[in-house]
Amino acid sequence: MVEAGEVAVAIRGLTKKFPGVIANEGVDLTVNRGEIHALLGENGAGKSTLMNCLAGMYAPDEGHIELATGGRPLRTVDIRSPRDASRNGVGMVYQHFKLVPNQTVAENIILGADGVPFVPKMRDIERQVRELAERYGLDVDPTAYIWQLSVGLRQRVEILKLLYRGAEVLILDEPTDVLTPQEADSLGDTMRELAADGKAIIFISHKLGEVLKFSDRVTVLRGGKLVETIETEGADRASLARLMVGREVLFRADRDEQETGDTVMRCRGVAARDDRGLPALSDIEFEVSSGEIVGVAGVTGNGQAELAEVLTGLRKPTSGTIELLGKDVTDASPRRYIDRGVAHVPADRLGMGLAGDLPLTDNFIMKRYRHQPVSTRSFIDPKAVAKMSERYVERFGVKTPSIATPARNLSGGNQQKAILAREIDAGTHAVETPFIVAAYPTRGLDVGAIETVRTALLEERASGAAVLLLSEDLDELFVLADRIMVLYDGRIMGIAPSESLTQEQVGLMMAGEAMAPEASA
Amino acid sequence: MIPWTIKFERRLDPPRYLGWLVPVLSVAAALVATAVLLAVFGVNPFETYRAMWDGAFGGLFGGDVYSLSETLVRATPLILAGLAVAVSFKMKFWNIGAEGQLVMGGIAASGVALFLPGAVPGIPQNAVVYGLLMGGAAILAGAAWALVPALLRAYLNVNEIITTLMLNYVAILWYSHLFTSVWNDPQGFGFPGSALFERFTWFPRFFDTRLHFGLVLGLIAAVFVWVLFDRTRFGYEIRLIGDNPEAARFAGVSMFRNIVLVMLVSGGLAGLAGLSEVAGVSHRLQQGLAADNGFTAIIVAWIAKLRPWAVVLVAILLAAVFVGGDQIQISMGLPASVAQVVQGVMLFFVLGGDIFSRYRVRITRTAPAPATEAV
Repeated sequence: MVEAGEVAVAIRGLTKKFPGVIANEGVDLTVNRGEIHALLGENGAGKSTLMNCLAGMYAPDEGHIELATGGRPLRTVDIRSPRDASRNGVGMVYQHFKLVPNQTVAENIILGADGVPFVPKMRDIERQVRELAERYGLDVDPTAYIWQLSVGLRQRVEILKLLYRGAEVLILDEPTDVLTPQEADSLGDTMRELAADGKAIIFISHKLGEVLKFSDRVTVLRGGKLVETIETEGADRASLARLMVGREVLFRADRDEQETGDTVMRCRGVAARDDRGLPALSDIEFEVSSGEIVGVAGVTGNGQAELAEVLTGLRKPTSGTIELLGKDVTDASPRRYIDRGVAHVPADRLGMGLAGDLPLTDNFIMKRYRHQPVSTRSFIDPKAVAKMSERYVERFGVKTPSIATPARNLSGGNQQKAILAREIDAGTHAVETPFIVAAYPTRGLDVGAIETVRTALLEERASGAAVLLLSEDLDELFVLADRIMVLYDGRIMGIAPSESLTQEQVGLMMAGEAMAPEASA
Repeated sequence: MIPWTIKFERRLDPPRYLGWLVPVLSVAAALVATAVLLAVFGVNPFETYRAMWDGAFGGLFGGDVYSLSETLVRATPLILAGLAVAVSFKMKFWNIGAEGQLVMGGIAASGVALFLPGAVPGIPQNAVVYGLLMGGAAILAGAAWALVPALLRAYLNVNEIITTLMLNYVAILWYSHLFTSVWNDPQGFGFPGSALFERFTWFPRFFDTRLHFGLVLGLIAAVFVWVLFDRTRFGYEIRLIGDNPEAARFAGVSMFRNIVLVMLVSGGLAGLAGLSEVAGVSHRLQQGLAADNGFTAIIVAWIAKLRPWAVVLVAILLAAVFVGGDQIQISMGLPASVAQVVQGVMLFFVLGGDIFSRYRVRITRTAPAPATEAV
């Protein structure tokens, strides 16, 4: 085994350009064996592009890559394809897994690997996979089908795939985005095992907490350029954030005390089923008033997605009633919900919130195209559309080449800003006190965009909106929410003012413990 | 080792000029490739192209519009059916049934022309009144034929590709049955076809050629579809559904309503293509109405990227290739298959060339391999 501490990867002066964008410019990066090296930066800072160059997905325009893998000294290598990378001991786990759902774990692992016979002996391969899994604590059944596995397990399969190919440099692109906190911790353990075994680990992230927790060194990228590489020890959130965005960032948003107004949304005894027809929500009863933010906490998959859909008219409850501004809308169409001031920032931006290939203008008018001034009778007025779009872009600082740019080409943060602009405007246009359902609105965003989103929600609260905020980030809930409600197995475990709750209490409720009576208010 | 590396990189913001440059270059490349092919067959490519040009547009600059008019006659049903397909494809509703809807439109228009004058003699017997009546019948019949798959999809989620495709054959068989037996002309000496329509049901013709009112109808339909796509709420909704049905649901768009409406419009336009063929060209119901125009329309709509004006243009170009292809069979004595090869190569290049408007091709010289290189 090669000594830890030796340089495994050296990227020298790498530049990568795309039409109109310089994704990376003169980046130097060295990663040692036995090291967990975090690559930190905002969305669009060039982290993924840099790693895609190393993994053979892109060819760099300038600069070169040196590797010390396969027991050989540091040498310049020409990596032109993922296959070249793999043969040189470099492998990458992408954000979107590259697995075949209806094949087994073992089949996925040998897919495209070198040296697999035409008719592979699956039993031998399964044994090899099992050994590898055991060695690195990546427990997964090689005979299971991918579709049977949770996201966390699928990620393990991706890592095993790299190890099977003999990867010595492992790149993980935003690996914790899809994981629960427990799964993320277990991934951290795996990374440490791998590093202890002499592998070089590069993990891309924009989350400061996990960078501090897992990494040995951090390289910060901003605008495609390297800012600094520092030891993680001695760094803290504030210093990393400053490097990342180039200015001080407020982690505390100011939530002024304010009186709440009339009830905007009230639901009684609501139950609903999920897409597979299984009960997902039962006996949901709460209200949200004008001028307050109610936060919803819970481990993913405990009914949050269904709750957001039911309260926006996209999913019909099987029982119970929903009132908006005193009017029963339980059986109304999604369109009626929109007309009664329901704004919805959906969890899946490109899946539901935007039509990716259509221009921004088309995306901006989604909620208001039926009304003046966008349309008169059946006809849409392109001038009014352009005017409205310019206004949205301006007000929310959406960074885009033009209002005709397809929504897909915007960065995640700008897509979210576009959705927020549209939803808030449509909501306040329909009624005075809109009901805003924001599902994970800051997920996957960089620090700057998170700030914009949070500020916008607080502004809406101040001007009388009723906000339901779903989040997996407890810090965020405690900062923004006036009251916090915890969902477990489709039921409300408790709902109380956030000042009266501790993170531990919320954590217990998330694990299924009903709120102690004295804590409720 | 090959000294170059070819890479396709996705264009994030394709420049506008590629919209016309790529198709023009594709056609040029197709001409070159076909020339090679023809040379291999032992035919002079230049003479062949010359013959094709003469067939499609010959004499145009000398003031002779005959060839052009024939090309436009051939293009007319492609324009109408191409627009029909474009409307449904815009919503990613795969109406493969324009052929059947066209045939149904033709049958309905023929029915009105053949039997209404006798059944209700009081109706004024002139081109305007009968044009409207036959048009209405054709639209209704095409729309009704399209409504069946629409309802099956809207209510039962039945795959429209299968239903629209299969209904084509039902329509075609029904139509064959009508003109060979039920509506067969008693004075036709067993010739397969209905009686000739009365004169006043014929579309007006222009310039002493076979060019008829159907082309005008096609241009009006193109304006209609353009307004529909670009300026109406309905157009916006089908665009939204086409791009992301989930986002459409999220915006409160009714899927059911739009599936039905889109297919009514699409079927109606295809029905008009049928009307145009019987009232403008054949003046009777006979063999030739089901001439694959509904299928070719799919290619037309696709090459045109579902843009209504481009549909008109592509339909005319494709018609020119067809008419020119017929011409080289006649004047050069080439077998029909050669003409089809020429057509096929052209389509192949135009469809394939599209990749260059979406991707940038980069050819880079591979750096001389360093001694330690391990690939």
